Amino acid sequence: MMEPIRGGYMAVSLGGRPHRIYIEEAGQGIPLLCLHTAGSDTRQWRGLLNDPQVTQHFRCITFDLPWHGKSSPPDGWWREEYRLTTASYVEAILGVSDALGLDRPVVMGCSIGGRVVLELAAAHGSRLGGVIGLQSSSHVDPYYDTEWTHRPDVHGGEVCAGIVSGLMAPQSPEMERWETLWHYMQGGPGVFRGDLHFYKAEGDLRARLAAIDTAQCPVWLLTGEYDYSCSPEATRETARHIPGSDVTIMSRLGHFPMSENYEHFAQFLRPVLEQVRSAAMARMAP
Amino acid sequence: MTPEELPGLVNGDPMLRRWGRFLDADVLLAIGAEEWLLRLRDGAVESVRRGPFLMPSWTLAIRIEPEAWRAFLSPEPPPGRHDLMALLRGRELRLEGNLHPFMSHLLWFKAAFATLRSQTMSAAA
Repeated sequence: MMEPIRGGYMAVSLGGRPHRIYIEEAGQGIPLLCLHTAGSDTRQWRGLLNDPQVTQHFRCITFDLPWHGKSSPPDGWWREEYRLTTASYVEAILGVSDALGLDRPVVMGCSIGGRVVLELAAAHGSRLGGVIGLQSSSHVDPYYDTEWTHRPDVHGGEVCAGIVSGLMAPQSPEMERWETLWHYMQGGPGVFRGDLHFYKAEGDLRARLAAIDTAQCPVWLLTGEYDYSCSPEATRETARHIPGSDVTIMSRLGHFPMSENYEHFAQFLRPVLEQVRSAAMARMAP
Repeated sequence: MTPEELPGLVNGDPMLRRWGRFLDADVLLAIGAEEWLLRLRDGAVESVRRGPFLMPSWTLAIRIEPEAWRAFLSPEPPPGRHDLMALLRGRELRLEGNLHPFMSHLLWFKAAFATLRSQTMSAAA
């Protein structure tokens, strides 16, 4: 039987250049725009998009960033080095949201996605129904040399998978952990490293947290305990600077909760989505 | 289990032999003051010699804090000590020398060392 996920391509202008963006969605109701992690793609969200308990109330949408998954890099990509920045990331998210005509979407992102939702809440909170940051922190200190992820004498796919493999909880099902790694093994050359430019260097958002108004744009942060890239302590520290934000530390999960063990993650996500629904219904009440 | 058991655990594992088919390195593994020299050839652990050594020659040294190593080897290792890169992040693992064999075979090193873990999760990479 076919899964209920629908996929398609959309032309979106980003940075003044045409891009062909791949989008998947399932369900109906409150728009929930989901962002994949660095160096991966929409497939990370298949558990969520196949969860009828979620899709009966939420229109779940996810897209591949340019250079990722089935979204093409822009014309001339072979002449340039890919580098994600806060500005280009926000432009891509709002560009896709506007192209789809989404009304106050809730944006849920993981890792780099968990980072950028903080900027979305700070700069564009009035346009959103809230943000959910998974493995979210306002900055991270580098702890390895990212040059290793993009050099001709090391297999990029295998080293990227090797770097992220330990970020998952050892208790997560082996099949789902290895599927998560497979996505990393399929990333284009230098793409993971280009995303890490935002995550580890340019996208330090510590100074932006004070601009977040959770009365306007609620903020939920959920972090798996086995993540040593964005640790629970880093999330708590971020939340301390966002009055009104809500933190959940998730046991037996790591950096990829939605793809490494969706069934377990769903137990933590469902109460948050209930709160999202209540907030949306309160907004729509006369 | 101790590093001396690596040949028996690694060399008969077709997955590790395939992953490591281009892996050649002499690795000094130091757990605190205890040292072992691992001779890796074509993804097999050809020999393990136990120190102390006076003039060891190696490609790559992996130095791990003893307490962190004990936790790494537990059946359900705690967060932060469940993975070689996690130990690196926590400054409880230090790499020296030519890192190329290690980084180009990261999944091999993680899985090979995890075979020393007592049961259950030894295949975790």
